[in-house]
Amino acid sequence: MEWKLDDNRPIWIQLQEQLTRKILSGWYHAGEKLPSVRELAAEAGVNPNTMQRALAALDQNGLTVTNRTMGRSVTEDGVILEGMRRGLAEDIIRQFYDSVAELGYSKEQALELLKRRDG
Amino acid sequence: MGGMLIQCQDIWKSYGSRPALRGLNLQLESGRIVGLLGPNGSGKTTLIKILNGLLTPDNGIVLIDGTEPGVYTKSIISYLPDKPYFAGWMKVGDLFDFFEDFYMDFDREKADHMCKALQIDEKLRMKTLSKGTKEKVQLILVMSRRAKLYLLDEPIAGVDPAARDYILSTILNNYNPEGTVLISTHLISDVERVLDEVLFIQNGQVVRQELVDDIREKEGKSVDELFRDVFRTVPFGGGVW
Repeated sequence: MEWKLDDNRPIWIQLQEQLTRKILSGWYHAGEKLPSVRELAAEAGVNPNTMQRALAALDQNGLTVTNRTMGRSVTEDGVILEGMRRGLAEDIIRQFYDSVAELGYSKEQALELLKRRDG
Repeated sequence: MGGMLIQCQDIWKSYGSRPALRGLNLQLESGRIVGLLGPNGSGKTTLIKILNGLLTPDNGIVLIDGTEPGVYTKSIISYLPDKPYFAGWMKVGDLFDFFEDFYMDFDREKADHMCKALQIDEKLRMKTLSKGTKEKVQLILVMSRRAKLYLLDEPIAGVDPAARDYILSTILNNYNPEGTVLISTHLISDVERVLDEVLFIQNGQVVRQELVDDIREKEGKSVDELFRDVFRTVPFGGGVW
């Protein structure tokens, strides 16, 4: 998975978003140990302090847990993972409705289009 | 967390009657990668030369790791000058021998490794190398030291984009929590992702010192864009009529 960074927004926030997606999409699975700050920073081509800040934010959200001996790994708490996954899905759906609303479609019409596409 | 690695207080420096630094103040912590940004002639190279003891300020106090520039500070500073200074007859390997002999903290193995990665033959003489390759050799020498402070004056200006990426990742991989890297450059968009902090210098003073992500958060733009806004020059004929 490639890192995509935009210099106009805080880098640590973008790193946090992309790491969150990697975890929720199963790229890093529940309980898996994450690479070190230094390795992740080198991979993304960013400063280690910036990566550290992004990872600290993941700890705070409960997506990752830091253990003194084991380092940092993805949480094994399914409730947290499922909750965050649902939240992300809802964000994507909201964005979809907002985008089609800009084109003049109501929610019902948009839903109709979606169904027809699937069928 | 580390303490203050660089402290400058009210630094003045003139060349003849022309002042280059005008009461510059600066404090930098260790463990940072810092960009030193400013237009041509703003005092960047003068500041770097004062920090490494090549120039003496007319006035003011400079402390590196709590010590005035001298023998000790030279042992902990690894300096990349803005132009190469090597004798043309020397081979790349000769230079490595020199540095190994001269600096306690020079890691020969690392230098050899980087040379291989950049495909530079250690048996070649400096005068036979292209401008960009000379700059790469110089950077290898500087980054192969385990210094507390790296002062890099325009380190990537003369090398191709692929080598630029390699050099930036070398700087990142060499990062240690006790060391600070100060990079002066005009190629802001190339380096801004690796920086923690930037210093904007103008007319011999530090006019702005900020964390790069704070700039992006507050201004909603990249450091490169901010630089262009702060130092915008009105084009000839573009004035208000």
